[in-house]
Amino acid sequence: MTSRRRALTMAVALAALAAVPLAAAALNQPFYLDLFRRIMIFAIAAVSLDIILGYGGMVSLGHAAYLGIGAYAVAIPALHGLHSAWLQWPLAMALSGLAALVIGAVSLRTSGVYFIMITLAFAQMLYYVGISIEPWGGDDGMRLPGRSRLGGPLDLGDPHVFYYVVLAILAVLLLAGERVIHARFGTVIRAVKSNEARLQAIGVASFRYKLAVFVLAGAVCGLAGALLANQTEYLTPSYMHWTRSGDIMVMVILGGMGTLAGPVLGAAAFLLLENVLSAWTVHWQAILGPLLVLVVLYARGGLWSLVPGGGARDG
Amino acid sequence: MRTLKGALILVLVAGLLAAPARAAETLKIGFITSLSGPAGIIGKHMKDSVELALDHLGRKVGGLETEVIYGDDQRKPDVGKQLADEMLKKHRVHFVSGVIWSNVMLAVAPTVTGAGTLMVGTNAGPHELAGKMCHELYFTTSWQNDQTPEAMGKYMQDQGLTDVYAMAPNYAAGKDMISGFKRYFKGKIVGEVYTKLGQQDYQAEITQLRAANPKVVFVFYPGDMGIQFLKQYAQAGLRGQIPLYSVYTVDEISIPAVGEAALGNFETRYWSPDLKNEANAKYVGDFKKKFGYTPTFYGAQSYDGIMLIDSAVRAVKGDLSNKKGMVAAMRKADFKSTRGKFAYNHNHHPIQNFYLLRSVKGAGGEIEMQIQKPVFENHKDAYHQDCPMKW
Amino acid sequence: MTGLLVVEQLLNGLQLGVMLFLVAAGLTLVFGIMNLVNLAHGSLYMVGAYFAVAFLGWTGSFAAAVVLALLATLAVGMLVEVVALRTLYERDHLDQVLATFGLILFFNEAVAIVWGRAALFASVPPALGGFVELLPGLRYPVYRAVIILVGLAVALLLYVVVSRTRLGMLIRAGASNRTMVAALGVNIRLLYTIVFGFGAALAGLGGLMAGPIYTVQPGMGEELLIEVLVVIVIGGIGSIRGALVGAVVVGMVDTLGRAFLKPMLATVVSPAAADSAGPALASMLIYILMAAVLYFRPQGLFPAARS
Repeated sequence: MTSRRRALTMAVALAALAAVPLAAAALNQPFYLDLFRRIMIFAIAAVSLDIILGYGGMVSLGHAAYLGIGAYAVAIPALHGLHSAWLQWPLAMALSGLAALVIGAVSLRTSGVYFIMITLAFAQMLYYVGISIEPWGGDDGMRLPGRSRLGGPLDLGDPHVFYYVVLAILAVLLLAGERVIHARFGTVIRAVKSNEARLQAIGVASFRYKLAVFVLAGAVCGLAGALLANQTEYLTPSYMHWTRSGDIMVMVILGGMGTLAGPVLGAAAFLLLENVLSAWTVHWQAILGPLLVLVVLYARGGLWSLVPGGGARDG
Repeated sequence: MRTLKGALILVLVAGLLAAPARAAETLKIGFITSLSGPAGIIGKHMKDSVELALDHLGRKVGGLETEVIYGDDQRKPDVGKQLADEMLKKHRVHFVSGVIWSNVMLAVAPTVTGAGTLMVGTNAGPHELAGKMCHELYFTTSWQNDQTPEAMGKYMQDQGLTDVYAMAPNYAAGKDMISGFKRYFKGKIVGEVYTKLGQQDYQAEITQLRAANPKVVFVFYPGDMGIQFLKQYAQAGLRGQIPLYSVYTVDEISIPAVGEAALGNFETRYWSPDLKNEANAKYVGDFKKKFGYTPTFYGAQSYDGIMLIDSAVRAVKGDLSNKKGMVAAMRKADFKSTRGKFAYNHNHHPIQNFYLLRSVKGAGGEIEMQIQKPVFENHKDAYHQDCPMKW
Repeated sequence: MTGLLVVEQLLNGLQLGVMLFLVAAGLTLVFGIMNLVNLAHGSLYMVGAYFAVAFLGWTGSFAAAVVLALLATLAVGMLVEVVALRTLYERDHLDQVLATFGLILFFNEAVAIVWGRAALFASVPPALGGFVELLPGLRYPVYRAVIILVGLAVALLLYVVVSRTRLGMLIRAGASNRTMVAALGVNIRLLYTIVFGFGAALAGLGGLMAGPIYTVQPGMGEELLIEVLVVIVIGGIGSIRGALVGAVVVGMVDTLGRAFLKPMLATVVSPAAADSAGPALASMLIYILMAAVLYFRPQGLFPAARS
């Protein structure tokens, strides 16, 4: 599966996403614009998780913590009248990255199930802190006083502009991801996953690389959190709950981990399924559950491996 | 052939021209609640009540064919908002109703009112929407969150009870309940304890409680936390010893799960299944007949929500574009509510009575809530002064 | 703060710990022996509680309900193992986490479909409803004392079975080297099914004992599952001794934290600050404990030796 074919498939997918607003307008269904925008925001979060999960083998159940941090990094400045996206969004990435640095420094000393549990623990700690802080609404959460301002014609209040901004960020992320994966940095990370002992034997300080990619993933997820706050115009500490991390992880696995496009597909599949199934029946989780089991057992590469042009993981 | 074709076209055109004498619009109501997960039981109560209201109205609200679209918010504010968006933009509903949780409501209500659509909340009562964020298009058929514990505080203050030990979960609603209680209760509080949200085992807290030697215990433990606390309080032998007063803890959902452990407990509420008025007798009686279980206040509020919408649509004679007319009609609260007659305050929250309830063994031997006496008559919420609306 | 109060809280902590151990033992057994992370363990706990309520309704006898519920949970466990989990033994932990997470979703809804979403009625049997005077002035509920005894009995039973019986020897051998044991003619598949069923029965026992004091409703296992995972991580995965020590430590820390942290904080900061910081800190305490343990001993307190 050549990288040219993969690039072509990705280009087609991005073009399809770009066409959604036009289709929505043609069908007079503006709701789909909102739905796909939300899908793309979670796709960004899912891709950031895949970087450490699919490529690096680090199973973090605390990833949603950065969604929350990113969201609050937008809301709290806005509360004090600071609406500029150029301040809020880099702040979201910086704070999330910092949190990831602290969490990673402690957690990456462990591995396997221990790592899963300790990342879960950190997420829960942040969640409990969040619901206790009253000036920021506690678990009632807080309203976003106003969407982030990008300046000039880029008004996020316009649903179409907001949509294309998110699409642009997703596209940049995917392109940047492609380059990183195939650069030295990405090679080291993938080597960590396949045999860390051997890597250390040849003199590579794997811990530093793991921490670096952990921080990077956290920062990107923080950006997703900032976008989510803008999307919902409302945020609560529940954005940081470990079950959210579980949702994002399901998106990665469903879509195909260890790929860049997989999580995007997974986010779309998960959120669309949730939307459609829950309108059908109250017991939709009884359908989603076994579906998940079947994908894990029998469709190892996720949905991406079923797409023509998709398939084998990168390395 | 040509004449046949011509005739066909004529018939088609005639049909198209005749079509605009169209049937009246279908009224669409979006109802957002939690249908899956552990809180799904509350959603079921609300949905069943909405269905009963539709039955009572002959499936026509305000005289119009009605379609209710249910959405499951999974207790998540961003899912609630997505549902609101879907109902507004895809289904083009004329009303949005429901919502159990305050944090979901704070995400949904501004979305709905911001789009110029009427919202009738049927449970959550966050103080922001009663105060600063009140809106012409937002009404509620339930209460403002603090009103219920205020009633309890007043009752205990009037009774001269003292040495109170207060407990609630450590989250926004828990803190609101205790502060609402303290707004009217000025006596001595020997302990104020906040426990972890979702905590299952209260043995440690109960041990501390006994050591503090209170005369009365006041708690707020909704849902499964309440069931656990009530069971453990009784098992520790405290049920007969120290009277237990609560809000949103002992209700028709928790009583079947705890049985005798709930006997003798006091609550305050604006409604009870045994509240005597025509609309309530019909609601409770038909509900039990159709669904086989006793309804709760979640259901009564949802039933009232549909009836309120019905009164509004009737008042404008089905002209759903006349929003001002519907708002004016709703402000009159001119419908038969399950709580009896009530009025709306200028912030679109009810001015209503609150009663002291007790769980006792009813005539059939079952445990049920019964009204003991009124505590507040025509009680207004504490945040209405912050609402700038005037009419 | 009297000495008697502290003693009672210590007992409470022990009881909470033992309850956690009952559920943790099955999970760590399955993990240690079959290298399977089973998140649906919490669902088996739930199933045990539901069966107990159902059988009590049919038979009217608490003793019969307990036996039948244990057998039924054992059966359900073995069925799940055969149908859904066999292929997962060779997979990595992530796949196991996800597949068993899917099982959780399924079980929660299945239970809601059969018994409805409302919490079921479950109460302490009248025979165990009283109090026992352990020390002058210290009255402790009989039921909770029974839980402590049952938990310790199970710990003893597990120790005897695993280290003193032939079955235990097979289990330990299978854990170290599965292929060798199979080559020696032992039916490894059957062995694993039995072990899993046994683990499920332990979870079910925890569930049916918890039912009368907690709630019996869909999703009742999830809150507990997190605490149980914390316990086995602290104790060391695969070690039953670790599970017992970890459980008691977690139970104690959690209970004493909830009871005494706020009063202790109030001596150094203002009462208002203690009011909000105290509960928040108390709810985070077991996570802080776990992070601390893993920092110094990344494999837990008693890591089970594996080859």
